[in-house]
Amino acid sequence: MQPLVQKFGELSNSEIARYGRHLIMPEFGIEGQRRMKAASVLIIGTGGLGSPVALYLAAAGVGRIGLVDYDVVDESNLQRQIVHGISTVGMLKVESAAQRLRDLNPDIQLDLYNEPLTSDNAIEMMTPYDIIIDGTDNFPTRYLVNDACVKLGKPNVYGSILRFDGQLSVFYAKEGPCYRCMFPEPPPPGLVPNCAEAGVLGVLPGIIGTMQATEAIKLITGIGEPMVGRMILYDALEMSFTPIKIRKDVHCPVCGIPAEQVVLIDYEAFCGVPAHDHSTPAGQAATISANGKSHNGSHGDVSNASAPIPQITAVDLKQRIDAGDNLYILDVRNPEEWAISALEDTVKIPKPDIVLAVEDVLSKRKTAEQTVLAEIPRDREVIVHCRSGIRSTDVIKLLRQVGYENVLVNLEGGILAWAKYVDTTMPSY
Amino acid sequence: MANITIPTPLRAYTNQQKAVDVSGATVGQAIDDLTRQFPALRDHLFNGVELRRFVNIYIGEDDIRFLSGLETEISERESLRIIPTVAGGKA
Repeated sequence: MQPLVQKFGELSNSEIARYGRHLIMPEFGIEGQRRMKAASVLIIGTGGLGSPVALYLAAAGVGRIGLVDYDVVDESNLQRQIVHGISTVGMLKVESAAQRLRDLNPDIQLDLYNEPLTSDNAIEMMTPYDIIIDGTDNFPTRYLVNDACVKLGKPNVYGSILRFDGQLSVFYAKEGPCYRCMFPEPPPPGLVPNCAEAGVLGVLPGIIGTMQATEAIKLITGIGEPMVGRMILYDALEMSFTPIKIRKDVHCPVCGIPAEQVVLIDYEAFCGVPAHDHSTPAGQAATISANGKSHNGSHGDVSNASAPIPQITAVDLKQRIDAGDNLYILDVRNPEEWAISALEDTVKIPKPDIVLAVEDVLSKRKTAEQTVLAEIPRDREVIVHCRSGIRSTDVIKLLRQVGYENVLVNLEGGILAWAKYVDTTMPSY
Repeated sequence: MANITIPTPLRAYTNQQKAVDVSGATVGQAIDDLTRQFPALRDHLFNGVELRRFVNIYIGEDDIRFLSGLETEISERESLRIIPTVAGGKA
């Protein structure tokens, strides 16, 4: 492929010294480095993937880097988000990343966007850049990044990770398929867990992110074969890299029509999930519920699931326990999480087991009594909790679908709220 | 026997098995055998009789949609793969 960047920046003597290892490679040369200096890359997300992408592209001399993130650095980020550090915990992620990148390479221009990418701002935000790097964590933003890239005719360097597995591709509709050619529709809400729920090996975003940085440099300089029309599936446990082909879908609803006709839609409604995986108040998560689209059919009628969900705060729950209330508390976290922290006297059933049971009941493969649902009473109040209140909200909606008419109460903020407001000796994670 | 690699998000429905041995002369028969062994998987792969659009099945490097779909013939030792859609990255 031709070099994407056809402009050439001027290199100072100190920059020539800095990039010497690039300049002496015949494929790269001073011309490649001058393209790098003139290049601009927008990195969506300054987390697991964005960290190594930003560090390596800054180190390699990409002249202008934009960072998009609206989060703040948390200690639990540092297991994998290597652009941040202890000294920047609590700082805006874009500020924290910029501090590190300026130290790494003061010659580059940094543009900081402390806001979420939305259908309203995506075009304006992305227009100035040659390449967009997708380092987001949710389906709505991934579809938004794709569609906006198609509309603007820009390459989308895609990386995605979960647990021990990663994916890498370059979606560039001018030259090949887009993300929607491969994944025309998102999965039903709840089927594919995010990293906050399912976990991720800390090194994994390093592997995939550095591969994204590599692809960006290949696109800028025109070296090698970019991953257009191909995807690498990486499995850390097998240490295998499996290439697959992705074909352009001539009927693709986005890249199969003229770019100027592409319309950015409401991606949260399209995917049926919010465009972030932050810990949110449970009530807020409930308002953006499954939208009842046809692909969500396996979850049955969700009308009852949208009714307001009663909430209890950690402090109020503690008071009721202390008052001697005989409570039924259901912990729907995974066994690995029970080993970290747990409330006393709870019934523990992981959400995935409840999801399976509800599907079995809705499809009439089993009766409720033949599943784990047999353990959850229908004739008394049940308080449901998870880590932050999102999974427990999902569980309450699921139970309502299979006829639970008793009072199902969500512990607002989950066990994290308990650790923060009731038992401050309890570890948070 | 052919085998099918199951992506992480769907392993909840295969008792956490990463790969499942299946019999069948076509992709469709192999998937039928898979869902006979793990009935809860069927609703996640199919919308009625059609594969759901977020489910990609590959033989080697190739998407079966660009071969003969579920009618694609497979050999005894074919390796099939369900390619998941995952979104993680920032968090």
